[in-house]
Amino acid sequence: MSARTILPRSKAAQREKIVNTLLGGGVIVLFLIAWETVFRLKLVNPLFISAPTKVLSAFAALFRDGTLLNHLTVSGTEFLLGYGAAIIIGFPLGILLGWFKLAKASFGPVVSAMQATPRIALMPLFIIWFGLGITSKVVVVLLSAIFPLIVNLQVAMSTIDGDLVRVARSYGATRWQIFRSVALPTSVPFLITGLRLAAGRGLLGVIVAEVFGGAEGIGYMIQYAGSTFQTDKVFAGVLIVALTGIALDYSLDRLGRHFDRWRGETAVH
Amino acid sequence: MTLPNAEPGRKRAVHNEHALETRGDNIVRLPVGQAPPPQAGECRKTKLSVKDLVIGYLDKQTGHTLVAVDDVKLDIREGEFVSIVGLSGCGKSTFLNAIAGLVRHQQGEIRVNGKLVSGPGPDRAVVFQKASLLPWRRVGRNITFGLELGGMKKADAQARAAHYVNLVRLNGFENHYPHQLSGGMQQRVNLARALACDPEVLLLDEPFAALDAITRELMQQELLELCEKVGKTVLMVTHQIDEAVLLSDRVIVFSARPAHVLADIRIPIPRPRQGHIKESGEFRGLMNRIWSIIEGNANMGGGI
Repeated sequence: MSARTILPRSKAAQREKIVNTLLGGGVIVLFLIAWETVFRLKLVNPLFISAPTKVLSAFAALFRDGTLLNHLTVSGTEFLLGYGAAIIIGFPLGILLGWFKLAKASFGPVVSAMQATPRIALMPLFIIWFGLGITSKVVVVLLSAIFPLIVNLQVAMSTIDGDLVRVARSYGATRWQIFRSVALPTSVPFLITGLRLAAGRGLLGVIVAEVFGGAEGIGYMIQYAGSTFQTDKVFAGVLIVALTGIALDYSLDRLGRHFDRWRGETAVH
Repeated sequence: MTLPNAEPGRKRAVHNEHALETRGDNIVRLPVGQAPPPQAGECRKTKLSVKDLVIGYLDKQTGHTLVAVDDVKLDIREGEFVSIVGLSGCGKSTFLNAIAGLVRHQQGEIRVNGKLVSGPGPDRAVVFQKASLLPWRRVGRNITFGLELGGMKKADAQARAAHYVNLVRLNGFENHYPHQLSGGMQQRVNLARALACDPEVLLLDEPFAALDAITRELMQQELLELCEKVGKTVLMVTHQIDEAVLLSDRVIVFSARPAHVLADIRIPIPRPRQGHIKESGEFRGLMNRIWSIIEGNANMGGGI
């Protein structure tokens, strides 16, 4: 009758985890060593490829003189504003499109068309409309991040369990109550997936928009370093973008697991 | 269709038959087919009254309107447990859903406590075949679901739910998630959720059909005890004839589609009842009688 039995993780499983970690880490370390060796032995023009140690020292230097922090603040602001706006607009829009058939019929085609349009190709227009400052970048982030959210929430609304709706209806639930007690909780895992996809797209949006035009931000830093052959700085910039992406994805994954507790151990792995 | 149980426990059955007869002195045994005389309970007020009910629906494939329920009349008194049996697909679930207010009817009327039913309401609660618990809510908050929808404050609902957790014997499982419970336990949560709303009429739609045979048997007995304890007015739809006879004061037999009432059979077995009355001759006699009515209707071209 006891409903939950938590078995201790077996020794074999533990060993497998350790081996996997060592393997994954080992390949990265090997790659870094190979990279450094190629640089030291000058097998390729050192100007082109830099080296892990040089990237690290460039990173440290950028950090010390404060330029990194400046660029990071600019890019971070652009990202957060665009991402936040995407959530504020995309979440209700996705739900509306999924919940009301009329809304889907009216706005579905527009959304599909906009989703298919490459946002970056519109960057020249955004620069004309919003200037070279922060606004044009925020718009790119917004437009990059909003579609995964809209699409995922729209799908979420179509996966609502009809039996749960019937039960709620039999207890006299209003449409709003059904929405709050059944539809909204159903949407949570889809929202998290949407947020993860949106974070990746948004990050890409910031960097590309800054590379395209501007005088601040990590993307600009990468672009400028590249055009002046400071490969170590380029790699330092790429590194920080990658780390941010990993951190964002990891925290959203954790958040998702937190909301998914009710699925139990088996579903979350 | 469930046929009468075969051999097991014949000895006990004989013993039980005897016990029944000594206990049930005041029960008048009637020849099959004759209407039962008025009993003490007859003066209780009518809880649920269905008059000349017709339910049709549009068959989307053919475009024709099909009649699912044709001119059904039914009165249920306070505290009565009434079951509807019939072939699967005969329209009995549609009938129950209409009483729940989930399906619209074309003619006739449904009244609960004299009040006309026009949609779902707090005077009725349904236990569906599927437990349909909110998977992200713990047991306790699943039981309070109906109450919360009715506008009760969370704290008040929780206080009330505690009583029903006890009643369906789920103590210690309040903080479990539905996926951590067995099918039988999930169905008990479903039952508690309905009872917690304290409905005037409890509607059971094949409540144990999705359970395995053993669990079903146990749940029938539990429901029997529970109903005798809380004294609710219950309308149950089932295709298990033994289940209907065991639990009910009256068994209504529905014809094949479109459904109308073929027979309204009083179950004179005294309460409190025990699960093993299923082996008594009286029980089998009632089951055979109901079965032969269904069978006769099916053979007459009712179709299966």
